[in-house]
Amino acid sequence: MHISMKSALFASALAFASPALAAGTAPDGSALADDQTFTYRVLDEHSSVDPQIVEDVSGSEIVRDLFEGLYNQDADGNLVPGVALSHEVSEDKLTYTFSLRPEAKWSDGKPVTAGDFVYGWRRLADPETASPYQWFVSVMGLANGEAVTAGEMGVEELGVSATDDHTLVVTLSAPLPYFPLTTTHASTFPSPKWVIDEFGADWTAPENIVSNGAYVLTEHVPQERSVRSRNEMYWDNDGTIIDDVVALVINDENVALTRYLAGELDRTEVPAGQYPSMKEEYPDQALSFPRLCSYYFNFNLSDRGPEATMNNDVRLALSYAVDRDIIVEKVLQGGQFPAYSFTPAATANFEVPTVDYSTWTQDERNAKAVELMASAGYGPDNPLELTYLYNTSEAHKKIGIAVAQMWKQTLGVAVTLENQEWKTFLETRGDHDFQVARGAWCGDYNEASTFLDLVHTDSGYNDAAYHNEEVDTLLGEAKSLEDPQANYTRIEEILAAEMPIIPIYHYAGVYMMSPAISGSWPVQNVEQNWYSKDLYKVAE
Amino acid sequence: MFSFIIRRLAVAIPTLLVLLILSFYLMQFAPGGPFTSERPLPPQVLANIEAKYGLDQPTWKQLLSYITGIVTEFDFGPSYKYKDRTVNDIIAQGFPVTLTYGTIAFALAIIVGGALGIAAAIRQNTWLDYFAVGFTIGAQVLPNFVMAPILILIFTLWLGLLPGGGWNGGQWNHVIMPVIALSTSYMASVARLTRSSMLEVLRSNFIRTARAKGLPENVIIWRHALKPAILPVVSYLGPAFVAMVTGSFIIDSIFSTGGIGYFYVNAAFNRDYAVMMGLTFLLGSMTILFNMVVDILYAWIDPKIRL
Amino acid sequence: MTNVTLNPQQPKTAEMAQRMDEVKGRSLWADARTRFLRNKAAMVSLVVLVLVAGFAFFGHALSPWDNETIDWDVLGNVKEMGKPSLANGHFFGFDDSGRDLYNRVVQGTRISLMVGVVGALIAVFVGTTYGAVAGFIGGRVDNAMMRFVDIAMSIPYMFVLILLLVVFGRSIGMLFVGIGLTAWLDMSRIVRGQTLSIKNKEFIEAAVATGVPWFTIIRRHVVPNLLGVVVVYATLLVPQMILTESFISFLGLGVQEPLTSWGALISEGTSTMGYGTLWQLFFPLGFFVISIFAFFFIGDGLRDALDPKDR
Repeated sequence: MHISMKSALFASALAFASPALAAGTAPDGSALADDQTFTYRVLDEHSSVDPQIVEDVSGSEIVRDLFEGLYNQDADGNLVPGVALSHEVSEDKLTYTFSLRPEAKWSDGKPVTAGDFVYGWRRLADPETASPYQWFVSVMGLANGEAVTAGEMGVEELGVSATDDHTLVVTLSAPLPYFPLTTTHASTFPSPKWVIDEFGADWTAPENIVSNGAYVLTEHVPQERSVRSRNEMYWDNDGTIIDDVVALVINDENVALTRYLAGELDRTEVPAGQYPSMKEEYPDQALSFPRLCSYYFNFNLSDRGPEATMNNDVRLALSYAVDRDIIVEKVLQGGQFPAYSFTPAATANFEVPTVDYSTWTQDERNAKAVELMASAGYGPDNPLELTYLYNTSEAHKKIGIAVAQMWKQTLGVAVTLENQEWKTFLETRGDHDFQVARGAWCGDYNEASTFLDLVHTDSGYNDAAYHNEEVDTLLGEAKSLEDPQANYTRIEEILAAEMPIIPIYHYAGVYMMSPAISGSWPVQNVEQNWYSKDLYKVAE
Repeated sequence: MFSFIIRRLAVAIPTLLVLLILSFYLMQFAPGGPFTSERPLPPQVLANIEAKYGLDQPTWKQLLSYITGIVTEFDFGPSYKYKDRTVNDIIAQGFPVTLTYGTIAFALAIIVGGALGIAAAIRQNTWLDYFAVGFTIGAQVLPNFVMAPILILIFTLWLGLLPGGGWNGGQWNHVIMPVIALSTSYMASVARLTRSSMLEVLRSNFIRTARAKGLPENVIIWRHALKPAILPVVSYLGPAFVAMVTGSFIIDSIFSTGGIGYFYVNAAFNRDYAVMMGLTFLLGSMTILFNMVVDILYAWIDPKIRL
Repeated sequence: MTNVTLNPQQPKTAEMAQRMDEVKGRSLWADARTRFLRNKAAMVSLVVLVLVAGFAFFGHALSPWDNETIDWDVLGNVKEMGKPSLANGHFFGFDDSGRDLYNRVVQGTRISLMVGVVGALIAVFVGTTYGAVAGFIGGRVDNAMMRFVDIAMSIPYMFVLILLLVVFGRSIGMLFVGIGLTAWLDMSRIVRGQTLSIKNKEFIEAAVATGVPWFTIIRRHVVPNLLGVVVVYATLLVPQMILTESFISFLGLGVQEPLTSWGALISEGTSTMGYGTLWQLFFPLGFFVISIFAFFFIGDGLRDALDPKDR
């Protein structure tokens, strides 16, 4: 384990127990605004508010407000008690025993019990629920997880049980040091069996839903808005400041920004390239902070890939010739970070290894790239031809245009840009029917393996079809190591030497945010797991 | 006419059936499925999900049970993307929205467009004509994806008069901008078609005869010229009406109105088969219905046309 | 209102119908040309359109830049450094990716003019033929043909386009196929409606009575009488076709970067219009507007010229 989980949790549990805020005063001491309604923009309608069914980011944001799992995250992304106050780990590191908060209640007044978690987790694993996050029980490493999802064992065999109403016992199939981190994921939240039994698929409608989080769903107009309001039954209702949270669906980011400027929203995204001028005009409203996501190009190392990029030197040359500084400073301009490693620097307990080309100047990289291309037999007489595949989107297009020009101007590569609509793109890329294709990945949890697992030979997301025995072995070992940094460093070094993917940049969250709310926004939380109950609006 | 309607409705059923079957197979052949995602699902999980929605069945069985569902229970199935809702829910919520702004926009298009077109034709080559022509071209060339954000910029950001989006149950101030953005180009088309068709009729021999007889100009225009002149406009308005009341993707997505115009395009992008089929069914039945209405109108306009 | 179709000057006998028609046949196009040449608005528009086309095909010769090279110094600060300037040869300034907008508009105009013209021609030829045949023959044939149109109007167009992409791959040719698939549908309904009315007129009945083959009747008697509506509707279709192109390209079937089109340029310009780079919207939209105006006046001129009642 990275930190002494139990003592850390215990300390913060104490801190939580004594909020004693004077009415109308924010935790930082400033005066609170009268209207505590937080309104923000979402790109698209959420998929569901059922914890075991939801699969999209904006849906999970709502679910984190409506339901509460074992642990929550604080403003820095550390675990803090949710329904669970603390846990103990057995000697063999296979059994976790969680003590649940006795005062936790559902919005209909029923107590939240360990049985509600057991029901929720079994529901997640049950093939009949057909949850798109069913595989999360394997990520958590629950005993018998895979057999249950395959329908080979009954859900009762899943490694989770309740010894009494307030004690939850979890059994893992193998030690997993970061297991507690997975309990902040929406799919691990408890579900109210009695409500689901009564209403079936309609249980998430505002008039039926019962939830145990700080908020309850009070209104939902699809493709327009959803509203969640304070849950009077929530155990920390007194410490909750925001009364209502409104999510407005606005597809067009430019329209959303217009509406933000008109005062209709407290938060919206800044379109690519507009951050500098927003920052200049509204210095206290434009925010940028690191996110746990990586943007990269895949080469195609499968049988269907082009001959040229099977050559290691060609792949290195193409990577070296990408001027990442131009991408982040001139194309995106939102405080993103140039990437020379796959795993973002923002990842917890991960130190970015120094790979050689990250220390060179771009001129040095370009010179090296030209040299490598020439040695591979490509030059003005024999120019390399490549097709770059991306899914249709303004930002992806801009990056594709810029990189194509870099390759053309530096290396004389003739690049054909090819865009496809999202699902066609996924199918084409998944079939390895491309030469170079874009890819992006956001961490499921804050640990480097959530990124590096992608280059494992068997990973479903290894679109480059990369295969390296050593990498596979290092990844396997890392799972149960107390400090896997050495393995991660070695993997990143191999990636830099063989370049199956070209890291381009690491994400930043780039927002316009009302100054009233931005003081309480968890900018340090790189996964951006935010909880409305921790926000507040100060008086202007 | 009654027997005409019966005959047409009898043909409508096989027509719809062909439409549904074609659309169904078209979707099956398109790459990607409803559960193709950035993060590929493990085969076992995918199998469980497909089993839940019956997508593991052979396609003809899926089609059969789908059509049976429509015929016996008028049930269009669940949405694969918005899992809290069914297709019936989506249509029940989104169709009234587009029906509202579409009908208002349609009425505006006919009244304003028609009036402009007639006025321009009667006063050909006067300032009124030039204004009408200029206005109609202007409205036609400003695409609604340009006009809608400009409207929001003006009325929401600069003037602060109207909310920048949302529907709010169809409250008047939420309806204005969608109606304007949707109606202008149809208005322009109606005006241009009316104008040119009117001009043509006004030059025809029977109008000359009527003028020669000394009938007042008003009578000539309203009693004799108007009816034959609107024939092509009516042909145009059938499909246009269907397009307007089933909403526009651009209007719904820019103004966040929650109408089915958005879902129609979005369902295609998401491969949300059931939603797509449900909306195709709706669009198809309306198209068949209103093209029939147009045919009936033909007979009213020109009694010599046999139905 | 039964005198709607009364046409006192129509010859009463079949023989006269035949003769009249031969006379008309010889003079129709010459007459129309004379009338069209006399229409000032149409002639000015024709000149404008020729200039726009000239710009599209030869405009790049005036500029030292091209449509794809990025100026790395401008990229990232287009708002300040990318303004239109005669001095540095970037007449229309830069687009948001730091490329010369003038050359992009030149090249986009080339694509969009072709799309507009080809789309409108497909609509005119296919739509007119289809609609006139359905309307003229009538009965079951008409019913079947029009139900086919109903189906084609309602089928999910996007899937048709995606399937085209999957089966045939992307190319400019497929773009025109994609445009053509739907362009003619409304036109065929309008033409059929007009044909239903025209076919009851006495001169048609006379031609039928004398045994003129039906297709000849359509070609020589029906079509000339509905050309006015066809031409006006075709000009309404031009802007629609041009904008449909950007949707088709969105799916990956049509034009790909670094190539562009009016639709793509206008939509890019719209997305940045609030951020101080208004010229990115102004230039492509300006060319679009001018050309559509020209198309409309040419359409009106053609309509007047082709009107058989004026002859």
